Amino acid sequence: MTRAIEEHPLTGYLRIDRVPHIWCEGCGLGILLNSFVQALKDLEFDMDKLVVVSGIGCTGRASGYIKSDAYHTTHGRAIAFATGVKVANPDLKVVVISGDGDLFAIGGNHFIHAARRNIDMLVICANNFNYGMTGGQLGPTTPIGSRTQTSPYGNIEQPFNLSALAACSGAVYVSRWTTLHVRRLTESIKKGIHKKGFSFIEVIAPCSTVYGRYNRLGDGLDMMNDLKEISVIKHGIYPTEATIEPGKEIVVGDFVDIEKPEYSDMVQAFIKEQMEG
Amino acid sequence: MSRKVLTGSYFVHGDWACAEGALAAGCKFYAAYPITPASEIAERMAVRLPQVGGAFIQFEDELGAMAAVVGASYAGKKAMTATSGPGFSLMQENIGLAIMTEAPCVVVDVMRGAPSTGQPTKAGQGEMMQVRWGSHGDYEIISLVPSSVQETFDLTVEAFNRSERYRIPTFVMVDGILGHMYERIEIPEPEEIDIVNRKKPTQTPEEYLPFKADEDLIPPMANFGDGYHFYSTGLTHDERGYPDMSIEVQDKLIRRLSDKIRRNEEKIIRIEEVDVEDAEILVVAYGIPSRSALKAVEQARAEGIRAGLLRLITAWPFPTRILEDLSSQLDAVIMLEMNYGQLVREVERAVKPTPVTFLPKLGEEPHKPDEILTAIRRCSG
Ligand SMILES: Cc1ncc(C[n+]2csc(CCOP(=O)(O)OP(=O)(O)O)c2C)c(N)n1
Ligand code: SF4
Ligand SMILES: [Mg+2]
Repeated sequence: MTRAIEEHPLTGYLRIDRVPHIWCEGCGLGILLNSFVQALKDLEFDMDKLVVVSGIGCTGRASGYIKSDAYHTTHGRAIAFATGVKVANPDLKVVVISGDGDLFAIGGNHFIHAARRNIDMLVICANNFNYGMTGGQLGPTTPIGSRTQTSPYGNIEQPFNLSALAACSGAVYVSRWTTLHVRRLTESIKKGIHKKGFSFIEVIAPCSTVYGRYNRLGDGLDMMNDLKEISVIKHGIYPTEATIEPGKEIVVGDFVDIEKPEYSDMVQAFIKEQMEG
Repeated sequence: MSRKVLTGSYFVHGDWACAEGALAAGCKFYAAYPITPASEIAERMAVRLPQVGGAFIQFEDELGAMAAVVGASYAGKKAMTATSGPGFSLMQENIGLAIMTEAPCVVVDVMRGAPSTGQPTKAGQGEMMQVRWGSHGDYEIISLVPSSVQETFDLTVEAFNRSERYRIPTFVMVDGILGHMYERIEIPEPEEIDIVNRKKPTQTPEEYLPFKADEDLIPPMANFGDGYHFYSTGLTHDERGYPDMSIEVQDKLIRRLSDKIRRNEEKIIRIEEVDVEDAEILVVAYGIPSRSALKAVEQARAEGIRAGLLRLITAWPFPTRILEDLSSQLDAVIMLEMNYGQLVREVERAVKPTPVTFLPKLGEEPHKPDEILTAIRRCSG
């Protein structure tokens, strides 16, 4: 007998009983999730050893679709929670997937300190230049001049360059891609999962429903086409030089890949020393 | 010095006893942000945790420290933090997360008084209502109030046991005096210390529903890394742990989170009664003021006044029913607190219509036995 329904190749990695997901048509977040899960599959990653943590927001829902141990924290606290997990059980690989507002506005303090400590953790940020979930307000990455619900006359605040912030705070691996660069993004996620230390991947993801609409950027497909025109790959440049100006130029690539002693390893080393001593 | 339990006799302060109580209970993770008068707990934990195979981390703030404690709890470790007033306010957010996702953990508040920064080096009992209601939404918690250094050790062990048993954050509310006060304590042999560990699932990962409660309203808890591949969220969730915005699921979950404590109140509530049986005047106190109260009650009895002391050991759940039952025999109640009126409201509600005299203390100094005795005499006269 032939099987009537072919299984999706990523079924084993996803909570199929939670489909359909909550994301809008044309949203970049599905692509991000797909890349992440593809990376796990390519690596044949041991799902018993994975914990996915996220904060609150559209992106924050990602953890709920992955079939590993996963946790949906309060707004902004994903990295802090994940730090507790990693220090408590260093055998686990902890991945944080969350939004620009969650990780860099309300949770910004935890981001810079986790990077400074160099705790082993992969943080993937979907940067959609606004607060998608709450209806499209201004966020810490909203470009100057952009319209949002709370910058109706155009944003007057300077935005963060997230990759630069990560590098300057001490991250050992930093890369930036867009949801157009699926293959490259998947490769970076694989690297990030393998990298020992604080790793950061910024993913430019269209939010067509709110950000796109207020700024007349067309639908999801138009926004993807736009990304194709303006993104430039420049591997190895220091991220402070990696322009991020939506509508003009977005520099993507693998920016930082360095070695530094890792925090949870060092905690374990002195536990060993004290217990034997 | 790498012993987990430091059995023997020690002349130490409350913060030290609290740290050692945590270790005796099996605490293996501590995250905090320094604050007077709780810093000595962190300092002790920083020295001791690595010796017993545990991890200490100083966090960038109390928001993060509390979130990390919840994370460590989910990773299978007994986890604790300690703070004081301003830090306790910041922790409320993720205390709510611990309640909603049923993460066993212990939070110690070495209390001071006043809103904002207040008097950092002075003691108080300023967070007795905040501990009950500080996070948003409906919930129950357990909070314990030691009145001696020995009891600080004992109740910290107890706090871990209760948090593990009920999957709920449990609070040790130490007043700042006790935190810094030295007394002799006896630490028992490890075998003599009762330890409770969280209930583990007996189901296979395929069958496991992470928020399906047993008869006792408490769901068994798998740890991250155990192979159960479960999801947990601060959103209202069904038995699978999946977000659910229906009225039915909200109603069922919120009731269960409170009822798992309400139904066990009799087991959870602990008080100490001195001369209460035939008392007509009842002094109610907790923490350091209860020690002055004991002296005053003894003196009143020597004068022939039928006075008694009810000392709270658990502040929450509050022993409302016990006080209600006593109220018919009482002519007067005197309540002592090192604040401007917190638990006294609960006492008034419970003993109505018995009149309650409230003796507040603000700013470090606890009540003197004489002042309490004067109040007792006034009530009896
Ligand atoms: C303490 C707190 N404040 C505010 C909110 C409301 N809130 C929910 S999501 C969100 C912003 C999310 O933005 P981002 O992280 O960029 O995620 P996106 O939806 O864009 O993926 C806010 C402000 C909240 N949940 N908690
Ligand atoms: S609101 Fe924006 S970010 Fe959220 S799901 Fe819709 S398109 Fe995606
Ligand atoms: Mg966003």
